[in-house]
Amino acid sequence: MNAIVDFLGGDIVVTAIVKTVVAFAALLLTTLIVVWAERKVIADMQARIGPNRWGPYGILQTLADGIKLFFKEDFRPRTADKWTFALAPVLAMVPSLLAFAIVPIGDHITIGDRRIDLIVADLNIGILYFLAMGSIGVYGVVLAGWASGSKYPLLGGIRASAQMISYEIALGLSLVPVVLAAGSLSTVDIVAAQAGSVSNVSFFNGVPVLEQIAELFSFVPNWYIWSQWPAFFIFLIAGIAETNRAPFDLPEAETELIAGFHTEYSGIRFALFFLGEYVHVVIISAMAVTLFFGGWGGPKPDFLPWIWPIGWFVFKTGLFVYLFVWLRATMPRLRYDRLMWLGWKRLIPASLVWIMVTAVVNTEGVSRNARLVVFGILFVIVLFWLGKGDPRLTGAVTPQRRRVHGPS
Amino acid sequence: MVDTWQLVVFWALFAMMGVSALRVVTSSNVVHAALYLVVTLMGAAALYVLLLAEFVAWVQVLVYVGAIIVLMLFGLMLTRAPIGKGMFDNDQRLVAAVTAGALFGVTTWIIVDAFEGQKITLSKATGIRAESIGDVIFSSFVLPFEVISMLLLAALIGAVVIARRD
Repeated sequence: MNAIVDFLGGDIVVTAIVKTVVAFAALLLTTLIVVWAERKVIADMQARIGPNRWGPYGILQTLADGIKLFFKEDFRPRTADKWTFALAPVLAMVPSLLAFAIVPIGDHITIGDRRIDLIVADLNIGILYFLAMGSIGVYGVVLAGWASGSKYPLLGGIRASAQMISYEIALGLSLVPVVLAAGSLSTVDIVAAQAGSVSNVSFFNGVPVLEQIAELFSFVPNWYIWSQWPAFFIFLIAGIAETNRAPFDLPEAETELIAGFHTEYSGIRFALFFLGEYVHVVIISAMAVTLFFGGWGGPKPDFLPWIWPIGWFVFKTGLFVYLFVWLRATMPRLRYDRLMWLGWKRLIPASLVWIMVTAVVNTEGVSRNARLVVFGILFVIVLFWLGKGDPRLTGAVTPQRRRVHGPS
Repeated sequence: MVDTWQLVVFWALFAMMGVSALRVVTSSNVVHAALYLVVTLMGAAALYVLLLAEFVAWVQVLVYVGAIIVLMLFGLMLTRAPIGKGMFDNDQRLVAAVTAGALFGVTTWIIVDAFEGQKITLSKATGIRAESIGDVIFSSFVLPFEVISMLLLAALIGAVVIARRD
């Protein structure tokens, strides 16, 4: 045993390998359960029964589907580009899996005298790594659309690249205020910065009544959802758009594009796209929890103290996955120009304004009055800005356009 | 102290980047050429990781692989990447070779000249942290940084002006 450990390069390497394998297996297992759960929950919301044949409550349905897809004939269109066609599904799945490396799923456990942090890699620039992986994820969809050698996938691919590039900017910008507030790009530090209670915030110190009110809320954890809620909503919307799921599932809009970028895919390659989407859902949920909901933080009773953080993390992530499913069952698909309008004209400016506000508020030595002035200016801007809705919604059709397009 | 494994990985990356860089210019399909360019850029990112410069490595992936090449692919798809097979070539090989050669020569000369044979020792404990890069950019290199941001801003406004219909 020790000989093997030494050959592999000592403790660090072995720990890293074990962590990677465990994280990979756990993530895939979670994804299988999420696929089943989504079908069950959506069935429930639509007053259907859903999968109920394999295993209790049909829980083995995903496994059965997987086996079926695995043994299907693997074929591709004659016009397809051979290597790129084979590469695309892999590129759709792998970056999402890799992104999980920087998600802390718990505090740490001690085996023997060895401390093992429950994160695959605590990178100094974790957030940057997450964004880089997200940006590589675009390739799977784009290449699948192009390599299929037929027009509907190509249209889906182009839509996907435009959508993902637009929303990636908003996603990246929505993470900047969190990084500013925590003062670190490492996910472990961001989770650590959210420990403690809301009433520790020094903003109300010295103001008589507000100080006491703040004291009343000492049971509320100091999560970034309270101080960074605009960033959270931008992150959530952009995150849903990044996963290409309803209401942002334009790249695979069935009614317009057959199945979008994966029209020509079947068998195990389709399964990879399918799994990739759900892994992405789990990743975005896990990141939302890590950045805005305190990560693995939560009450920690004495009984089995190491398991509670993992439990809290899984529970919170599960709630977000449920939100994803809920949205898919509820929301109609956005029109394409509305999608672009939301991304470029609302989310990106909003995140830029919020970065500025967070930067001012987090600068040491700024007086409370200065902060209030910043908030006041922000409030006026937001009021003005909300009043100006999409002209295509509020103004209906202008006379000029009616002359051009209307019936004569 | 150079680790044996570090050398092995370096030469493996060298081979990979060399082959893919050659394929960028020799492949007749533009999308394939773009994908080979992705491999080369990822190889450069891997070299940065090998030098413990994680920040630079992931910025390289984020900006070059994740944004620039994707935009290039997007443009190609909208304009001139036909579905299926197609040949693309033009008769400017000589000009391209001279330009690339000159750029390569100048860049190499600048790098060699700037470091003057000076060696940087890497320590595993610290690596290069994001904080120190931020400090350096906003103190010693603030002028180049501002000049580049002005250039980008000008390009951005120029693109909007050209693309506007009215």
